[in-house]
Amino acid sequence: MSTTADHPVEKIGEASAQYVDERLGSNKFLGRNLGKVFPDHWSFMLGEIALYSFIIVLLTGTFLTFFYNPSMVEVIYNGSYVPLKGVQMSEAYASSLNISFEVRGGLLIRQMHHWSALIFVAAMAVHMFRVFFTGAFRKPREFNWLVGVGLTALALGAGFTGYSLPDDLLSGTGLQIIRGILQSIPLVGTWAAFLVFGGEFPGTDIIPRLYAAHILLIPGILLALISVHLMMVWTQKHTQFPGPGRTNDNVVGYPLLPVYMAKAGGFFFIVFGIIALIGGLVTVNPIWIFGPYTPDQVSAGTQPDWYIGWLDGALRLMPNWENVIAGFTISWNVLIPSVIIPGILFTGLALYPFLEAWASGDKREHNLLERPRNAPVRTGIGVAAIVFYGILWIGGGNDVIATTFNLSFNALSWTLRITLIIGPPIAFLITKRICLGLQRKDREKLLHGYESGRVLRLPHGEFIEVHQPLNYKELAVISAKEDLAVLPAPEKTDADGVRNPSYRVDQLRHKLSSWFLRDNIARPTDAEIEAGQAHASHSAALEAPLNAYEELDQDPVGHGGVLHHPGMPETNQEQIDQRQ
Amino acid sequence: MTELTSTSPSQEDGHENTPAKLGHSPVAPIPHRLRVTDTDPKAARRAERQVASMFTLSMVFIILAVIAYTTIDKFATIYIPVLGEVGTSNVVLGFTFGIAVFLIGAGAIQWAKKLMPDVEVVQERHDMVSEKSDDQLAAAQYERGKDESGFARYKLIRRSLLGALALFPIPLVVVLRDLWITPADSPSPTEILSETLWTSGKRIVSDGTYVLVRPEDLPVGGLVSALPEGIMEVQEEEHNMNARGKATIILVRMDPDQIRSQQGEGWDYNGILAYSKICTHVGCPIALYEQRTHHLLCPCHQSTFDLADSGAVIFGPAARNMPQLPISVDEEGYLIATQDFAQPVGPSFWERDRT
Repeated sequence: MSTTADHPVEKIGEASAQYVDERLGSNKFLGRNLGKVFPDHWSFMLGEIALYSFIIVLLTGTFLTFFYNPSMVEVIYNGSYVPLKGVQMSEAYASSLNISFEVRGGLLIRQMHHWSALIFVAAMAVHMFRVFFTGAFRKPREFNWLVGVGLTALALGAGFTGYSLPDDLLSGTGLQIIRGILQSIPLVGTWAAFLVFGGEFPGTDIIPRLYAAHILLIPGILLALISVHLMMVWTQKHTQFPGPGRTNDNVVGYPLLPVYMAKAGGFFFIVFGIIALIGGLVTVNPIWIFGPYTPDQVSAGTQPDWYIGWLDGALRLMPNWENVIAGFTISWNVLIPSVIIPGILFTGLALYPFLEAWASGDKREHNLLERPRNAPVRTGIGVAAIVFYGILWIGGGNDVIATTFNLSFNALSWTLRITLIIGPPIAFLITKRICLGLQRKDREKLLHGYESGRVLRLPHGEFIEVHQPLNYKELAVISAKEDLAVLPAPEKTDADGVRNPSYRVDQLRHKLSSWFLRDNIARPTDAEIEAGQAHASHSAALEAPLNAYEELDQDPVGHGGVLHHPGMPETNQEQIDQRQ
Repeated sequence: MTELTSTSPSQEDGHENTPAKLGHSPVAPIPHRLRVTDTDPKAARRAERQVASMFTLSMVFIILAVIAYTTIDKFATIYIPVLGEVGTSNVVLGFTFGIAVFLIGAGAIQWAKKLMPDVEVVQERHDMVSEKSDDQLAAAQYERGKDESGFARYKLIRRSLLGALALFPIPLVVVLRDLWITPADSPSPTEILSETLWTSGKRIVSDGTYVLVRPEDLPVGGLVSALPEGIMEVQEEEHNMNARGKATIILVRMDPDQIRSQQGEGWDYNGILAYSKICTHVGCPIALYEQRTHHLLCPCHQSTFDLADSGAVIFGPAARNMPQLPISVDEEGYLIATQDFAQPVGPSFWERDRT
C-alpha cells in the first residue's frame, strides 16, 4: 500500500481499507470495479427511479410500522379528527388516522410512502417499456428480463396489500372485490376465499395477514430479486445505444468513480426530494374522508390505485358470461378479466425473449441496443400491448369519464369493448408501417445523405437539390442496423426421401421468422454507404460559396461510424450457417 | 490501493479503460468539446461556488424542517391556492425537507456535470460464456462428485432421496388448512354462503339508526338500506361483520302497477320490494338507484339491475339477478321477512348451483 494520502481523514480511510482488505480481500474488487464504465442515456434513469423509490418505500414504511396496528378489533375512535369522533372502527383504521393526525410528520411519511409506491410501479413499467422496445432483453439478458417480470408482479402485490391495510371504506371495498375474484376460481375458489379470509368475508384475520405479506414476505422477495437484478447488470455490464465509438464489444460511458457515483447518488437525493415535496404538497388517499369499512356501504366513484386500474377496467368491460356445467358454476365474467387475462399477459411477457430468439434464430450476444424502428414486429407487438392495457385502464375509469364528459355510459362501454378487440391489431399495423417508413428513410440517408432543402442551379441550367452527408453521429447510429435473414423453409423429406421428423415445428419457426423479419428494409452495404456519403459530399461541395458563410455553425464532419461490428456475419448465408 | 488515488484506472486485470478521445476507441474517434469550466478558471470557481451553496442551502432547509417540526401546531391549517385548506405542519415539513434533500442531489449532479471529467471512456466487454478450461474444470468436478458420492451407482438411495425430498413440503402446505379454523360440526363454505340472518318473521330495521321500519315510512320512489333486527347483538357476539355483509338489503317502494315481475309470487308488500344489497358480480354494496327507471347501478363495475323486473341484469358484467327477499308486515305493522333468500347472495362461486 503506497498512496499519497496526506489528509488525516484519508489516512484513516486508508487504514480502514487495509483493515478490511486483510480480512475480506476487498481491495481486489475495488481496484477492478471503481473504474467500471456505465453508459449514459436519459432512459437508463428509469430503472434508477424505480430502485430509489423502492428504497424510499422501505424507509417510510418502516416508520409507519412503529405506529400502525394491524388489528380488526373494533374500537371507538377518540382521536382529534372531529368528524369521526365516537365512531366505531377497527384498530387498523384508528391507528392509520392517528398516523395522519396525532403523529407529527406522520401524514407526510404516509403520503411519501404512498407516492413513492405509485412512482415505484410507474418507473418499473416505463423501464420495462425501454428494455422491451430497445431489445435489451436479448441474449445474454433473458434471465434479467424474467427477474424484472417477477418484480413487476410482486410490486403489484406489494401495492395492493398496502392499499388494503388502512381498513377504510375504499380499501375494504377492494378486498371485497378480491373475495369475489377468489370465489370465481373453479373447484378450489370457495375454499381459497375462506382460507384467505380465515372464514367468511370480511372476518377479522385478513388485515393481520395482509400486513405480514406487505411488510415481510413481499418486500423480502422484492429485495432479494432487486439484488439479483442489479448483480446481473453489474456482471453483464449495461447495454448501450449505438453511437460513435460504440460497438457490441465495448462500453462507452463514465467510470463509476467519480462521475457515475456522483450522478447516480445525486439522482437518489433528487428522487427523494421530489417525493418529499409531492408528499408534503399533494394529498393522496385521504382515508379520513372515506370512513371506516363496513361490508354494507360503498362510496360512489370508487377508484383503485393507478396500477390496478387496468384489472378493474377488465372487470368492468367483460360481458356477463356465466355457465353452469354439471351443476358447477363457472363465472367467466370474473375469471377471464381478473385471472385469465393477467395470467396471459404476464406469461407472454415472461416468454417473449425466448419466442423472439427462437423465431429469429439469433444466438449472438447483444450489448448494443436496437432502435425500435429496426425491429418493426417487436415494436408493433409492444405498442399493441400498450394499447390493450391502455384501453383496459381507461375502462377502469369509465364511470368518471362518462359523468365528466356527459357521455352515455353504455355507449362508452361498448365503444371500449370493441376498441379493445380491434385497437391492438390496428396499432400493430400502424406501428409496423411507421417503423418500415423510418427504415426506408434511414436507407435513403445512408445512400444519398440527407436532403438539405436547398435547390441549386448548375451553370448549364440544371436544378438539383443539394444532399448533405450525414454527420458522424447520425452515421454511426443509423449504420448500426443489423439485418437478419429469414430462417429457410424446411424440406418435407431429405435428399434420400426420408421424412423430416421436425417438419411441422420447423415450418412454424420458418413462418414466425418470416413474419418477424421479411419486411425489413435492408441496410446498404458498407461500400454503398461510403459511395453515397461521398456523393453527398460532392453535391454539397457544389455550393462551396455558400458554405463559406455556414462553416462557423457546423459540426465537424467526420467519417467512421460503426460500419461493421467485429464478429457480425457479412452475408445472409453466413448468418444462417452460423445459427445452424 | 494505488488505483484509488491515481487518475488512470486499473489497466492490469484486462479491463482496458482509456479515454476515448485519445483515439483508443476501436472504431471511431469520439469528439469532445471543452466546457467553459475546463478553460476558464473563473467559470470553474463559479461552478464550485454554485455546488457549495446548494449543499449549504440544504443544511439551512434541514434546520428549517426541524424548527417546523417543533414549533408548528399539528392541528394548524393554512389556505394555499390550488392546494386548498391543508395542514400547515405537513406542507412546511414536506417542503423544507424535500428542498433540502433535492439540493444535495442537484449539487452532486452539478458537480459531476461541471467539474468532473466529461470525457467518455471505453471499456472492453467479454462474452459471458466461460472459457473452455473453466468448462472442463466444472465438468471434471461434477464427474468427481458424482463418482465419489455414488449418486449414479446407488439407485436405491437416489430414488428414495428424491421421494423424500418430494414429500417433505407436504406438511408445510397441509398446515395451511387451518388458516380457517373450523370446529368439527362447522357448516361447509357452501352452507355458510347460502344462509343469512333472515328468517320467517324477522323484522327489518333501517341501517344506521336501527329502528324498525313500517311500510308508511317509505315514500314511493324512495330507497332505504336495511338490516335484520338484532344485527348489532349478533355482531357483538361474533366480533365480526360477517352477518352484516350477507344480510344487508335495500328496500324500494314503487307503484305496484309498475312491478313487471318478481322472483316469487307476492314477494313485495304493497309495492315495497326488498333486494340484497350485495352485487352478484364481485360483491360491492349497491345503493345508486334511479327512481324513474327503477334501475340500480353498482358503483364498482357499473352492473345495472332493473328492480321492477325481478332485479334482472340490464347492463354490465354481472351475470345474475339481485336476489330478492320476500317481505310482509307483522301484526304490529312492522315490515318483516317471510323467509330467507331463496338463493345465496353476493358473487357466484363454484358450488353455488348445487345448494
